[in-house]
Amino acid sequence: MIKEIDLYARQKRLAWFLIAPSVLVVLIIIAYPTIQVFVYSFMKYKLDGVTPPSFVGLDNYSFVLTDPDWWSAVINTLIFTFVSVILESVLGLAIAMVANSKFKGRTILRVAILVPWAIPTVVSSKVWQWMVNDIYGVINIVLADLHIIPQKIAWLATPATALPVIIAVDVWKATPFMALLLLAGLQLIPKDLYEAGSIDGASKVRQFWAITLPLVTPTLLVALVFRTLDALRVFDIFYVMVGGQGNLETMAVYNQQQLVSFLDAGVGSATSVIILIVIMLFVILYTRFSRTSFE
Amino acid sequence: MSTATKTAAPSKAPTTEGATKKADTKATVLRILFYVLVIVIVVFNLFPFFWALLSSFRPSNELFSTKLIPNALTLDHYVEVFKDPRFVQSLINSVIVAGSTVLIALGLGSVCAYALGRLPFRFKGPVLYLILTMTMFPQIAILSGLFVMLRTLDLFNTRQGLVLTYLIFTMPFTIWVMTQYFRSLPKELEEAAYVDGASPLKVFWEILLPLTMPGLVSTGLLAFIAAWNEFLFALTFTITDQMKTVPVVISQFTGASSFEQPWGAIMAASMVVTIPLVIMVMIFQYRIVEGLTAGAVKG
Amino acid sequence: MNNYQLPSYGRILPRCILAAVAAVFMPAALHAGATIHFAGPAGGAELDFTKKVAEEWAQKTGNTVQMISRPNDTTQALQQFQQYWSARSGDVDVYQVDVIWQGICAPHAVDLKKYYKEDEISQYFPRIIENNTVKGKLVSIPLFTDAGILYYRTDLLQKYGYNAPPKTWEEMAEMAKKIMDGERKDGKSDFYGFVFQGKSSETVTCDAIEWVYSYGGGTIIEPDKKVSINNPNAIKALEEAKSWVGTIAPSGVVTYDEEPSRNVWQSGNSAFMRNWPYAYALGQDPKSPISGKFDVTILPKGPGADGKNAACLGGWQLMVSAYSKNADVAADLVKYLSSAEIQKRRAIELSMLPTRPALYSDSDVLAKNGWFKNMTEVLQNAVARPSTVTGADYNQISTAFFQNVNQVLSGTESAQDAVKNVEKVGKRLMH
Repeated sequence: MIKEIDLYARQKRLAWFLIAPSVLVVLIIIAYPTIQVFVYSFMKYKLDGVTPPSFVGLDNYSFVLTDPDWWSAVINTLIFTFVSVILESVLGLAIAMVANSKFKGRTILRVAILVPWAIPTVVSSKVWQWMVNDIYGVINIVLADLHIIPQKIAWLATPATALPVIIAVDVWKATPFMALLLLAGLQLIPKDLYEAGSIDGASKVRQFWAITLPLVTPTLLVALVFRTLDALRVFDIFYVMVGGQGNLETMAVYNQQQLVSFLDAGVGSATSVIILIVIMLFVILYTRFSRTSFE
Repeated sequence: MSTATKTAAPSKAPTTEGATKKADTKATVLRILFYVLVIVIVVFNLFPFFWALLSSFRPSNELFSTKLIPNALTLDHYVEVFKDPRFVQSLINSVIVAGSTVLIALGLGSVCAYALGRLPFRFKGPVLYLILTMTMFPQIAILSGLFVMLRTLDLFNTRQGLVLTYLIFTMPFTIWVMTQYFRSLPKELEEAAYVDGASPLKVFWEILLPLTMPGLVSTGLLAFIAAWNEFLFALTFTITDQMKTVPVVISQFTGASSFEQPWGAIMAASMVVTIPLVIMVMIFQYRIVEGLTAGAVKG
Repeated sequence: MNNYQLPSYGRILPRCILAAVAAVFMPAALHAGATIHFAGPAGGAELDFTKKVAEEWAQKTGNTVQMISRPNDTTQALQQFQQYWSARSGDVDVYQVDVIWQGICAPHAVDLKKYYKEDEISQYFPRIIENNTVKGKLVSIPLFTDAGILYYRTDLLQKYGYNAPPKTWEEMAEMAKKIMDGERKDGKSDFYGFVFQGKSSETVTCDAIEWVYSYGGGTIIEPDKKVSINNPNAIKALEEAKSWVGTIAPSGVVTYDEEPSRNVWQSGNSAFMRNWPYAYALGQDPKSPISGKFDVTILPKGPGADGKNAACLGGWQLMVSAYSKNADVAADLVKYLSSAEIQKRRAIELSMLPTRPALYSDSDVLAKNGWFKNMTEVLQNAVARPSTVTGADYNQISTAFFQNVNQVLSGTESAQDAVKNVEKVGKRLMH
């Protein structure tokens, strides 16, 4: 009796010791930048080295929320996030399952699936940009030679063709992230569950729905949260491949433009806060939808 | 266990010759399809990488020709890259920065995850969400705030300063994933140990942590890659060649004029930078599988 | 005990001798020079040259120069510099800045007028000095310059019966079409008449301002702050440019910046190209397919009386940081780097365009770069983008301009709507 209470108390104390350092690190790093962003969002602050900052209340927020460019960026981001995350999850799970099985050449597969994630984004974006080049791109050359398309296409010239290409490149790049996490998650499932299932006569498909999917769901959800947060903040791939095109901006590209290009720290910070709120809404949606408490 | 399989085997024995042949062909077809799938996955993932690899060996004037196979191969770009002293120094810096980031993130993160996943603690939810908020800001939004902070703490243009900022995107995800891992381990493992009088720390170190090896390896690899390839913070927070990391140095490669992208050199540098990552993955990937089997034997 | 005590002067003399010896053998230590931090070129041959020349100055003056690296991409470089400026950091003393950053740099720069005499300043191209002067302050000194030019295939012009490059845009389009049709019939299926930069970024601002100005349509915002873009000439210019896309120019031209367009040209697949002078030396390289088959001239003008020749002004300048602790020494380095002697060496060794008109008739320079003789006319007609009048707001007007122009080129917007949109943004910024 006493031993149990004693153990409980020890565990509680230990918990504080183990959690505190991480929380402290988080707070120290993020505190100042967060406060700065919030404060500047209420000020008119042009980084031209001349105009002093002044308080303007919600002006910056109303500027952003009434800017058609902002809403076009939001829509692009949402379309991109939705399509790419779904594709990445499905493909990631499929690849993880293939990588999980025993077969010759398993090592090559496991290494291969990580390569897209390992190459720096600026480099892979450039490589893909070159591959879809309208005259010399290998994709155009192959597709035209096989007569799948009537003539070579300038893929990145307009949103209708550019967005699918960008999504394809992101799926190529980020599926490894999902696959790796899901692979580790699949390892947590005890093998004897499958054996028992086989003995009971369950087909592989049934085993997937009844055993694999439920048990890999917790890992899948965590991977989904992070992948979605990354997708909502997507910047590099759009910036490198179609940066500058007015109708192909994302929220982060718009943010960058205000802060860096237009030197507007006021509007830029307000944009950052709005993005933060959008992302928080997503996280809340996830928790509700999955009905998994992360407690 | 073994008796179960022994009894199972006979019941699976086919009854007629015809059925055997059918089952065999079906199995072979599935097998072939499976291998085709594997090949498709491998090709799709590696094709751009091989294309970039090929480009790194192409002579400069051939880089933009429509020919898929080049006339000649050259090592010029690699020589160019290694002759640049900034590049070699940046490799060292990247190793130090990415390595330290992973060690700290895993070190602090895994113990925190253990506590959040298996110890009684009243504020688990709030802590997890607080940590998650770190990743909700776009990088550009916190850039100038971090810049000011690093200068004030005198950490500007240092590797330590960079490591500190890299924890922003490595710790939240490490903690969340590892918490999930710890939570999914069966309770019985601990209970037996506690009955034997082990302390919570001992339980963590000797029993639970080894079982979460797949999770540690996965998050460690992903965190390393993220830190290795990070560009914006590295660009902004380092100013001297002594401290710059690889992505920044690659961005400084120029051709004869500021318009030219020295494509060959960039590809060569990227290969030099990616191949160690690939080797690391090869070394560590089997660990992802090993984790659970090791634990099962013990149990 | 101290029989050998020297008289007082005997003690001073050895010390004087010692000091004199030290002065002869350790001049650097006695002059105790400053260390100048210089954020110059990103890399390549230019960086090597600059390092060499900066070292010479350092030896001559007893100071030290430490180069600070910066990214190749100009936007990233500006981003990096802005962090230093907003932190008022004295970490960098001299910056190499783009011609369009003058308005942004002005508050952070030292007025260089006090280091130059009137006649020294007049030795530079007046249009560049004008561009670099913000509210009376000389923000930076021109280091080397750049301007858009027309490249043309001499062999193809000859083949199709033309004996001179085109004088107007319409002429150019006509020649391009004839040559393109002819070459395609000969079997070159990837051949185009004209390539330029249409990518939605600063690069198309350069191309488009050339079209607009050459039609007599102004420079988006005039130096007197008038927003002039919404006029019939500008609309005509953009419509003419739109007519080239997909006909004489590849439809992908709306995604091209300098390098992709140069690739089409240099692989021999275009009759004409608009680009910066850097492509000249690359094209003449013996391994290039078009080596010896092309020349350059000033860009065509628009039709009628309003038509003028235009060349978008580019190039880089040197500025001294207002937060530098060694401004005078830094200014001396700047003067040295932009001096006639160093610019001449730069022109000969790197084929970079000097910012001093006199050097364009220098025999040594012309011996190495014969084509420079065409450049004087180009540079006298250089049109600067409205960066000086818009200051820190330049990127906003440029973004509005390049995004709208790009949409006109790709057919998703009419030229009338485009200039109206740009005018709206311009008026908002200039109020």
